Amino acid sequence: MIKDYFKVGIDNLFHRKLRSWLTMVGIFIGIAAVVGLISLGQGMKEAIGNVFLNIGADKLVVQAKSGLQFAGPPGTSAASNLTTHDMDVIKRVNGVEQVGARLIKPVKLEFSNEVKFYFAASMPDDDEGRELVTDVNRYETEAGRLLKRGDKFKAFIGSNVANKGIFRKRVELGNTIKINDAEFEVVGILKKSGNPQQDRVVIIPEDTMRQVLKIDRKKVDVIAVQVQKGVDANKVADDIERAMRRDRDLELGKEDFQISTPQQILETLDTILTMVEIVLIGIAAISLLVGGIGIANTMYTAVVERTKEIGIMKSIGAQNKDILLIFVIESGLLGLAGGAIGIVFGIGLSKLVEYLAFAFLGTSLIKAFFPWYLIVGSLVFSFLIGTISGFFPARQAASLKPVDALRYE
Amino acid sequence: MRQIIKLQDVWKTYKMGNIEVNALQGLELDVKEGEFLAIMGPSGSGKSTAVNMIGCLDVPTKGKITLEQHDISKLSESELAQIRGRKIGFIFQQFNLIPTLTALENVMLPMIFQGVDEEKRKERAAMLLGLVELGDRTNHKPTELSGGQQQRVAIARALANNPDVIIADEPTGNLDSKTGAIVLDFLQKLHKKERKTIVMVTHDASLVKVAERVEFLKDGKIVKSLRR
Repeated sequence: MIKDYFKVGIDNLFHRKLRSWLTMVGIFIGIAAVVGLISLGQGMKEAIGNVFLNIGADKLVVQAKSGLQFAGPPGTSAASNLTTHDMDVIKRVNGVEQVGARLIKPVKLEFSNEVKFYFAASMPDDDEGRELVTDVNRYETEAGRLLKRGDKFKAFIGSNVANKGIFRKRVELGNTIKINDAEFEVVGILKKSGNPQQDRVVIIPEDTMRQVLKIDRKKVDVIAVQVQKGVDANKVADDIERAMRRDRDLELGKEDFQISTPQQILETLDTILTMVEIVLIGIAAISLLVGGIGIANTMYTAVVERTKEIGIMKSIGAQNKDILLIFVIESGLLGLAGGAIGIVFGIGLSKLVEYLAFAFLGTSLIKAFFPWYLIVGSLVFSFLIGTISGFFPARQAASLKPVDALRYE
Repeated sequence: MRQIIKLQDVWKTYKMGNIEVNALQGLELDVKEGEFLAIMGPSGSGKSTAVNMIGCLDVPTKGKITLEQHDISKLSESELAQIRGRKIGFIFQQFNLIPTLTALENVMLPMIFQGVDEEKRKERAAMLLGLVELGDRTNHKPTELSGGQQQRVAIARALANNPDVIIADEPTGNLDSKTGAIVLDFLQKLHKKERKTIVMVTHDASLVKVAERVEFLKDGKIVKSLRR
């Protein structure tokens, strides 16, 4: 019987094609927005998760405390107060295998007579430190090499820097770039990582950087920590925090530095993305609400238009619940059809954004991701919006008196 | 003959603004199983109201209507709908087919509400359309059929659930005399061959020749009875 009502509903929708289409637009825009936003949000989370997954849970990053964690490249968000003394303190903490320091500084960058204000980062001069920093950042070269022992005035750069992301001209291996007027030879170009931050680095040896930028020999911006195998990184992080607090004579909760594990950074990013998603979906929900009201309006019109039909159906044995079902199913189908079209458009939309982001921003962090629950959920949800919106018109239809309805012209 | 419908002192009052109109004023009427009853009267005499009561489409303001021992004034709306669906077939002056459905689907519709499965519905609807000589018009929409053909589809639909009683409210009112005669002919066949009880409402004196009994209605009351 229900099957027949679906058929009757589909027939009726096809009978009023234009109105059905117009009604569906409301739902379709809302669902397209929701599907597009969720798929991009989920895809972004997934992509970021993958980036961090490979760093490993056994590494920690210590830096000066800033208001917003991860608002910019590490070390740039607050004036650093870390020194090589802190490195010694950290080294003495149980479970710490290795520490490496980095400097990240604003510089004047010049290539082929073009001047840009930019950031440069340092690479430790000792082998262990270099290895650790390479590991944490997953540096891999596309061409040339990374820095090695004894390098002075050499640099390797991110793929975006090389490929006209900064300068009008392509930077090739062996070219010379100027940092604060000192000349550096480009010895390596990194593989494109998809992480915009990573693709825009300019990296030079630590000693040279201190010399060129006249940085105090003791100051560092970021300290990377390798935790010993089999030791809980979170416990080591706690221990480092306690040791540094004691060393700096600070009270609990008043730290001027912060220690983050890759997981923590990931969680923070996740939270931010989720918040953004919720806000955007909230906006899309308004469209769904308007769509639902559109369906209700169409169904009220349909009830008035088909009053006589309702009377006929009642006279040949339709009970109130039959009429109710017929109308609710019809409005549910309106919602469902709108939802289905919306899903197709939403998928197209997020695929387009993914493509544009890759083509113009060079990031592969924006990835459209379509989990099955998103598709099924959207379909169920749009059907529900339809049925809920159609319920009151349907109830009105069902409660019509057969004699009155039959007399209606 | 067994009595199938009995109306006892039935009143129906409509409110039109502040004025109360008594469409039926103490109507007494028996319908016996297998008879062909015609109800005649001028317009405004209450004959449509009376036939709506007989067909369980409406309930009286006062009085009692019994349909096979059920007091229908005591039944709920869905119980009334079920009785209409199973025991009564309607034929209207306006044909009242669903315009979006084909002839076959229109005939199948009453069976949907009784939960008959699709195979059986199709089979029976096709058979009934054959009976009213529209076997070649099953997939036509009402707008593609003539008035006489539409009314024959309506007759087939009235027979869908094999009801005991057929109620025909001015069945030829919208037809010319020739097609009207064909429709009337079908009603007579139903009465004679299928032994259906038929209640026909009309204001056309020429139609009553097919009826076995004629009741004349005026001002919501029977004023004259004629048995033939």
